[in-house]
Amino acid sequence: MHAESQIRIPLILGNKTYRNITDDIIAPIEGKANRLWYILFTISVLGFMWGIGCLSYTIGVGIGAWGSNNGVDWAWDITNFVWWIGIGHAGTLISAVLLLFRQKWRMAINRSAEAMTIFAVLCAAIFVTLHTGRPWLDYMLFPLPNQFGSLWPNFNSPLLWDVFAVSTYATVSIVFWYIGLIPDFAMIRDRVVKPKMKKAYALLSFGWGGNVRHWSRFEEVSLVLAGLSTPLVFSVHSIVSFDFATSVVPGWHTTIFPPYFVSGAVFSGFAMVLTLMLIVRKVYKLEAYITIKHVEYMNIVIIVTGSIVGVAYLTELFVAWYSGVEWEQYAFLNRATGPMWWSYAAMMTCNVISPQLFWFKKLRTSLVFTFILSIVVNIGMWFERFVIIVPTLCRTYLPSTWNTYSPSFIDVGIFVGTIGMFFTLFLLYSRTFPVIAQAELKSILKASGEEHKKAAAEHAHH
Amino acid sequence: MATKQIIHGIFGDEVPLLEACKKLRASGIRIADVFTPFPVHGIDPIVGVPRTRIAICAFIYGITGLSLATLMMWYMMVSDWPNDIGGKPNWNYYSNIPAFIPISFEATVFCAAHGMSLTYLLRCWLVPGAKAKNPDPRTTDDKFMIYLELNDEQSKKADEILRSTGAEEVNYKGTITIEPKY
Repeated sequence: MHAESQIRIPLILGNKTYRNITDDIIAPIEGKANRLWYILFTISVLGFMWGIGCLSYTIGVGIGAWGSNNGVDWAWDITNFVWWIGIGHAGTLISAVLLLFRQKWRMAINRSAEAMTIFAVLCAAIFVTLHTGRPWLDYMLFPLPNQFGSLWPNFNSPLLWDVFAVSTYATVSIVFWYIGLIPDFAMIRDRVVKPKMKKAYALLSFGWGGNVRHWSRFEEVSLVLAGLSTPLVFSVHSIVSFDFATSVVPGWHTTIFPPYFVSGAVFSGFAMVLTLMLIVRKVYKLEAYITIKHVEYMNIVIIVTGSIVGVAYLTELFVAWYSGVEWEQYAFLNRATGPMWWSYAAMMTCNVISPQLFWFKKLRTSLVFTFILSIVVNIGMWFERFVIIVPTLCRTYLPSTWNTYSPSFIDVGIFVGTIGMFFTLFLLYSRTFPVIAQAELKSILKASGEEHKKAAAEHAHH
Repeated sequence: MATKQIIHGIFGDEVPLLEACKKLRASGIRIADVFTPFPVHGIDPIVGVPRTRIAICAFIYGITGLSLATLMMWYMMVSDWPNDIGGKPNWNYYSNIPAFIPISFEATVFCAAHGMSLTYLLRCWLVPGAKAKNPDPRTTDDKFMIYLELNDEQSKKADEILRSTGAEEVNYKGTITIEPKY
């Protein structure tokens, strides 16, 4: 058995046994939902329904229903797409990158973070399928043989790279998630007593047995999938940034975009994981597994990625000045001091200044403060994408095309709808799926459990 | 025909389990299988399970994906209908490679990840509707089980080893008859 240094803070609090972990993880699935769950679920479903209404209206009448106009043709919709896909990145980062770095604290949060990834990518998919204007023709994005002769998609286009990147990312994330879920579904199958539930989980668990060969393959598959997902997650947001960076629009045509987008994605994703996990740990009484230390670790990631984002903002400004290109200089001047200065100010405050507060240990270990700040960060990251897209397109090369932008209520409705969908899916997930990867957690119980560590320390003294 | 006794040795923790596995192997008893609620590290060589080759499969699937993507892009962009995009004509594949890198990479990952996952599921026969493979349902919760199929003489020895290493239960689950192989 692996022994862990006493200096490391225990990852599982209290005197837990394997059975306790089983009981704690299965409690939300076997138990009844409380009133809070129903209230949240109702609000989410209502938001979702409103979104479906606005979405149907858009499909019916076309994207003229949006606030986008001749100059500002990418606006609210693409802002939301980039925001959601960025949020998704934290899940893969936690489950893949932290696995490669053997960070054991990932085990308490990776399942829900991956669920969040999948739901966020689904929300992002709504915006990309819709922004084409005629979503029923979206199959033409794929290189399918067609009746138009030799009409193939353009493989030189970053927009097509994006189709491939996002669809690979979505499907690989789902598979990675599900392979990890199989042993936990098997645990539920072997535990529940209601016949219908037993049947459902038997179906979901694919007949998992947990013998030596299966576990050996399971671990190898997890490791290789993590190794594949790590470059994948970096590639996805790099390619999303290519959508902008390969264009010739001032303010977009910069080489800093890929790393800047990736760190921003991880930044916002971790904030969303915190928002969700702080609720989950409270509602499902998982404080022993998702501890203050876990929250602190995530907050440290937020400081690091938030600072990278801050440096990127300043680098952009410096390079715009240093390049001597006046269009580039104007683009940034316009963002900061133009008619939409407030969005730039919101971005700077939320993304650059606010995460620096986490340098104070008292603040980064405070749950209430973390919860508030996690929402602030996501608002800031939404504004970042808005700042990149809208003010830039409002003031492009020709002053005769200068324009302004405001979203229509249909725009807002679809966005609210995706937030509703995200929370609807997450709330359903949290009551039917094991929210913590319990098999993995059991494997570190003896090394990282609080009482087990104390026992080991005493044993060492004698 | 040989009749063999099925024995379930149930343990409450991984340390005595590994100890029992080592002792069983040392006295020449074949361990048919071990069922555990989580991956127990270091058990594979003790039980005699060779390292899985599934990562090699992933590599082969990845190479396949890369080749397929290259072939597809060459056919569509160069062979079937070459275009001149932004003054960069697609008369040959080589000069356009930079534009093809992202999709080559994505296709490699796509095929490697999905091919390997599918191989894993089929090799372990993890499919919807498959019967649960663990003989004792407690092994997904908090129990560890050594599964043995032994003749009478070995059964006695195994029983002794299991009890001496701290098995919580030693259950006899009937016999199976193994037809001799000709």
